[in-house]
Amino acid sequence: MRHRLPLAGLLALAVLAAGCGSSEPAADGKAAITYAIWDKNDQASAEKIIAAFQQANPKVTVKLEITPWDQYWTKLQTAASGGAAPDVFWMNSLNVRMYAKGGVISPIDAAKAEGLPDAVVDGYRYDGKLYALPHNVSIPALWYDKKIFDAAGLDYPTADWTWDDVKSAAKKLTDPAKKQFGILAPMWDQGGFYPTMLQAGGHVLSPDGKKSGFDDPASIKGLEFWTGLIKDKVAPVAEVYTDTDPIQLFQSGKYGMYYGGVWFASTFWSNPEIRERIDVAPLPAGPAKEAVILLGLANAVSAKSEHPAEAAAFAEFVSSEQAQKILSDSGGGALSLRPGTQDGWFKAFPSFHLKETYDASMPHGVPYPATLNTAQWQDVQQRLLADAWSGKRPVADVAKEIAAQMNEILAKE
Amino acid sequence: MLSKREWVWGYLLIAPMALGLGVFYLWPIAQTLYLSFTESGVFGGHTWVGTDNFTELLGDDQMRDALGNTLLYAVLVLAGVPVAIVVAALLNVPGLRGMSVYRTLYFLPVVTMPAAVGLTWRYLFNGDFGAINHFLGELGIDGPYWVGDPDFAIYAIAIVGVWSSVGYNAVLFLAGLQGIPRQYYEAASMDGAGRLRQFFRITLPLLTPTTFFVLVITMINALQVFDLVYLMIDLNSPALNGSRTIVYLFFEKGFVQNQRGLAAAIAVVLLGLILVLTAIQFRLQKKWVHYE
Repeated sequence: MRHRLPLAGLLALAVLAAGCGSSEPAADGKAAITYAIWDKNDQASAEKIIAAFQQANPKVTVKLEITPWDQYWTKLQTAASGGAAPDVFWMNSLNVRMYAKGGVISPIDAAKAEGLPDAVVDGYRYDGKLYALPHNVSIPALWYDKKIFDAAGLDYPTADWTWDDVKSAAKKLTDPAKKQFGILAPMWDQGGFYPTMLQAGGHVLSPDGKKSGFDDPASIKGLEFWTGLIKDKVAPVAEVYTDTDPIQLFQSGKYGMYYGGVWFASTFWSNPEIRERIDVAPLPAGPAKEAVILLGLANAVSAKSEHPAEAAAFAEFVSSEQAQKILSDSGGGALSLRPGTQDGWFKAFPSFHLKETYDASMPHGVPYPATLNTAQWQDVQQRLLADAWSGKRPVADVAKEIAAQMNEILAKE
Repeated sequence: MLSKREWVWGYLLIAPMALGLGVFYLWPIAQTLYLSFTESGVFGGHTWVGTDNFTELLGDDQMRDALGNTLLYAVLVLAGVPVAIVVAALLNVPGLRGMSVYRTLYFLPVVTMPAAVGLTWRYLFNGDFGAINHFLGELGIDGPYWVGDPDFAIYAIAIVGVWSSVGYNAVLFLAGLQGIPRQYYEAASMDGAGRLRQFFRITLPLLTPTTFFVLVITMINALQVFDLVYLMIDLNSPALNGSRTIVYLFFEKGFVQNQRGLAAAIAVVLLGLILVLTAIQFRLQKKWVHYE
């Protein structure tokens, strides 16, 4: 294979030379670009992807910058305000509109997203243009404790499960004497109340993103699914989840089911005892339909980049089949987005039913609801829902108030 | 009269301090004041909106709640000041063995990083696995979810606030105690006054200048509490409703929701509040502070 490398390099150079037409190439054709990400767990795979890119584009060097999540957005925003954002950086669908509107990131050729699932790609469209190329996907899923199911003599959850199955199983798995609960009910949007609102036939946002869906009676039913589990005492009360992370609670072996995400696989797998005891299934269907809220991270290209062609080429490369396979084979937390590249990842966790979960979930994928000022109305949602979860106020009252306040914020957008 | 040479030297010597103060304090205050009348863009730039931010704050129940939480926290922490007086008095007992060890122990929380303090207490306060509830359980008391329940969170934070400031305040009181001349006590015992009477009739009155200073500093610090809330309560925890302080709200508006102008207005309101409350304290001191 070795002798073919120079040829590949030459080819890449030719491609680059053609692509550089619009921008001003450095005198020697060399370009150094920076790539900013926030997750340290992705460092190994990102370095491998960079190595592969540099092999194909010998004149381009990519420097990886990792900034922890807590500082990532503040740092990025400050850098962008000063016109010094990294050339390529991680973006999520909550922030993309703000960055696109602010002129910080440049649009990407939508054709490059061909073959990637719409439910994720659509989250990065603004004003009819695509502003970032997604490269991974997070799929909420139902984790369950086989040991607890076995002890109760219950069948494991399947792709055909509905809300009723969850409720009846939760009841049977609860054992107050052992301080054992059937399910966990934390106040979580992506894998918790957003999907159930949709599954009940409701919505979070109207299709045009101008109105809140929280006052829709069906949405309220979706919220009551969770508060009902707490009220029936088959899930711990709201305060429990704030003191101990639900993912840790679940691993303590006292909880039968947990609406989590497939991306927890690597965390669970790292503990041999947990690995043996648990498995995963797709989210159960609601009374109206099946729905799974998908989030995927994407790469955006800075509008102020000195090497826009190279930066765009790198962003495209990360979502290419070659790079997606590298990501998948590294068996880390992140699941690659491009269909057909996930086998390496599934094989890293052989006893978990991840492939089945993936296959059953993707057709029902829905983009994560977001608008220009997502953080503002999510704050309202978080603050007010707390009273519903703690049982202080009826869910319907809270939901109507959220809708009213959300509509006010949305009207200003 | 000072010579010109001396004037120049004088200014030169205060220049580093004045420059630092100007660049890092006065100029930002002026900027914040200006920004509070604007609406800022996410990536820089701002437009003048007059007093809109302040009118918005007036009708905002979040601001009202934050104000209530902050004042409650300040009252709770101020209520902890007597603890520091008692600690200082105990540390000042003549002939106490291992005195420097005790003084070091009480001062340790002051030099410990707030991040470490917040996280450690968070574990202690854990409703299911925390040491505090375990201990209460032994006594037959069913402990609450301290940092998970909106009704308890601010008390839990205040406990940590008092705990971490006792050492600093005790050192101040200790200095105050040692400034009280021995002769007063000697004269008092000759007149037949007991230890307790001496404490209330001599120690406390002569300690009032220190007490006044400690109260002012403690109140100003308490009104600006942020780090403990940030470290002990998660950003999306339901308990935040009962523990969101003014500076926390400022952080949320300015850095999470990108409403910098509104955040600046919150900071200005806080500045005004601190000014007013401190002025009141200075007015009241004439009534109870005894200078020798």
